[in-house]
Amino acid sequence: MTKRPIRFYQVGSFAVGNRLLRDDERTVQSDPHRSNSIDSGHRACQGCGEALGARYALDAAMRATQGQLVAVNATGCLEVFSTPYPETSWRIPWLHSLFGNAPAVATGVSAALRVKGRSDVRVVSQGGDGSTVDIGFGCLSGMFERNDDVLYICYDNEGYMNTGVQRSGATPPAARTATTDAVGPQPGNAFGQGKDLPRIAMAHDIPYVATATVADLHDLEAKVERAMSFRGARYLHVLVPCPLGWGSASNETIHIARLAKETGLFPVFEAEYGTVTSVSKIRRRTPVEEYLKLQKRFAHLFGKNPRPEIVTHLQEIANRNIERYGLLDTADAPLARHATTAEVRS
Amino acid sequence: MLTQIEGSRAIAETVALCRPEVVCAYPISPQTHIIEAVGVMVKEGRLAPCEFINVESEFAAMSVAIGASAAGARAYTATASQGLLYMMEAVYNAAGLGLPIVMTLANRAIGAPINIWNDHSDAMAVRDSGWIQLFAETNQEAADLHVQAFRLAEELSVPVMVCMDGFILTHAVEGVDLLDQSMVDAYLPPYEPRQILDPDNPVSIGAMVGPEAFQEVRYLAHLRQLDALHRIPVIAEEFFAATGRHSGGLVHSYRTEDADTIVVAMGSVLGTIKDAVDIRRDSGERIGVVGITSFRPFPSLQVREALRHAPQVVVLEKAFSIGHGGVLATDISMALQGTGCVVREVVAGLGGRPITRLSLEKLFYKAARGELGELLFLDLDVEVVDRELARMKAGRRSGPSAENVLRDLGTTRVEGQGR
Ligand SMILES: Cc1ncc(C[n+]2csc(CCOP(=O)(O)OP(=O)(O)O)c2C)c(N)n1
Ligand code: SF4
Ligand SMILES: [Mg+2]
Repeated sequence: MTKRPIRFYQVGSFAVGNRLLRDDERTVQSDPHRSNSIDSGHRACQGCGEALGARYALDAAMRATQGQLVAVNATGCLEVFSTPYPETSWRIPWLHSLFGNAPAVATGVSAALRVKGRSDVRVVSQGGDGSTVDIGFGCLSGMFERNDDVLYICYDNEGYMNTGVQRSGATPPAARTATTDAVGPQPGNAFGQGKDLPRIAMAHDIPYVATATVADLHDLEAKVERAMSFRGARYLHVLVPCPLGWGSASNETIHIARLAKETGLFPVFEAEYGTVTSVSKIRRRTPVEEYLKLQKRFAHLFGKNPRPEIVTHLQEIANRNIERYGLLDTADAPLARHATTAEVRS
Repeated sequence: MLTQIEGSRAIAETVALCRPEVVCAYPISPQTHIIEAVGVMVKEGRLAPCEFINVESEFAAMSVAIGASAAGARAYTATASQGLLYMMEAVYNAAGLGLPIVMTLANRAIGAPINIWNDHSDAMAVRDSGWIQLFAETNQEAADLHVQAFRLAEELSVPVMVCMDGFILTHAVEGVDLLDQSMVDAYLPPYEPRQILDPDNPVSIGAMVGPEAFQEVRYLAHLRQLDALHRIPVIAEEFFAATGRHSGGLVHSYRTEDADTIVVAMGSVLGTIKDAVDIRRDSGERIGVVGITSFRPFPSLQVREALRHAPQVVVLEKAFSIGHGGVLATDISMALQGTGCVVREVVAGLGGRPITRLSLEKLFYKAARGELGELLFLDLDVEVVDRELARMKAGRRSGPSAENVLRDLGTTRVEGQGR
């Protein structure tokens, strides 16, 4: 089959359409010979960022390994919507064990492959933010610390979505979830809590840590490819908006992911051996309101009884990220000064 | 080769002969010596190709074993007590996925109160998990059972747990006839997985299964265990043919032919029981013993056959279901339904309480005279219990019972602290 030029139109994004790129710079997804690791027909909600992110990430990993890939999956939306047996979306070897053990299971797969002399076969382990930052955190940290040859991908939709949108350690402050309802004097999730897993991963000094969003899929693919060029533990944290849990329109997934980055709320960067090596600069700085207003989980901050002070607080968090990672081109000495935890949490 | 060797070390040497490919290690007494010794052998390169992985928890240990097994490697780990409970979710998962992992369980009590000594509470806690559970009577049998366990696990695609009494066996130094590599290689063929993660032939393993099929999947797991009831004796028979040694099997009878009373037990206590039985026999009592080697699958038919002619069956076990009674005794009673055998339950040896020959002799003496009640706790210090009951009755804030009991005994020193 000949390569058909695929058209990606620019819709206010800053992404370069594939048609403007040379063949070898085009996305894996635009390649008619892509592996379709997670095939169509699964049961994710319309506009599911997780399904999109997984598709791009795994196809990129498949290309990087010439198809020699095994995937391990934690319990969660991705696992449930992809394998309502007898249907499975997976066209790669795929193993689901438990909610909290995907990194350790992947360690086992990787060890077995090494013993069998099949180190050409690589292992990707994946899970949602709940399995990654909360229940599977011990196994993840152990896998990092031993520097096992596993790429772990966290699809972060900022909550336990599969069980009906509860708060996780990755839920942002003020967000409404079923367990942090928009009631009382401090509606939504509390400030001053939560885990920043990319930074925790970096603290393990593993070869590669990166963040990405489904707004820049080219970047996501490139990071997967980069990750696969290393041996040892690697971590990729992908922001994947969830229309159901975030209360957003299903056709806004990409837009919202882009705003997460453009506001500074979700810093996009790469790090090698514990040091940040590149950041994706903000192209058009955007106030957090623009991002928040598209999501019902933040609706209590606007409308009849607006809470501008909470919005300001969220803006401060974004500003802190901008400063910490030097997300603006003009920011001086972007990485020189690291904020203390107390400052960030204040 | 007959060697004077610590039980744990004998297990390590035997596991090594089984050519494990991925071994996961996490320390917990009384299992630690086993995994340490395997670790040394891997580090020296004696077991190559073999990966020894120092994990961060037992939950990870079993999870690594799951991944390794699904990717086609022979996987082994060992644990005990709290460690087994910490990996519980993965224990069930390994069985549900049908992965032939072999694990040594160095039986130990479960806290609170924390206690490192031997009983069978840990094994009982996972009896419904789908693992095959084999109980060793001696270190020789424990070692031999590991070779049989790999064979059985891999033939049936079911994980197997070899249960051996913590300290009593794991730390006892005695003569064990260690197998040689050629014998094990001939007996245990390389692992040929039923399912494998292979990029050339991708399958999905661990899919969600709804009400339409779950019961069937579980029933198939049950059938595999029933199949094991046929395979276990055959595998033990073949082991006998290769080594001239009787190890494994389902149940074993000792002096039961004419017995009025048969004592049933599992594990190392069988040795002491046999000694006590010999003595009671010398006094003219008609008493015998049945040892259960395969607790899961439970050999109901064989148990019934072995016991049915005895009017009285005394089940002596190192665990019980709090609020109910004996666990093994319940299974035995089920197996004996309709036979008219009277079943007496004796709970003994909890948390490492020694089960002495003298206590057993007294017990059997009473049994012979029909003086046993339905449920008895062997060598229970009734006085201490009564004192604590009185304290609780006297006032609301009576404090923590375990500590009160220790104080009453005149000691607050917790033996084995810091393990
Ligand atoms: C030990 C255990 N606890 C709880 C659950 C229930 N559970 C299944 S999926 C899930 C939420 C998953 O959240 P996350 O990892 O963020 O993935 P998402 O569904 O959001 O993609 C929970 C709580 C479980 N399966 N196992
Ligand atoms: S709930 Fe969210 S993460 Fe789950 S399938 Fe729907 S959109 Fe995707
Ligand atoms: Mg989530």
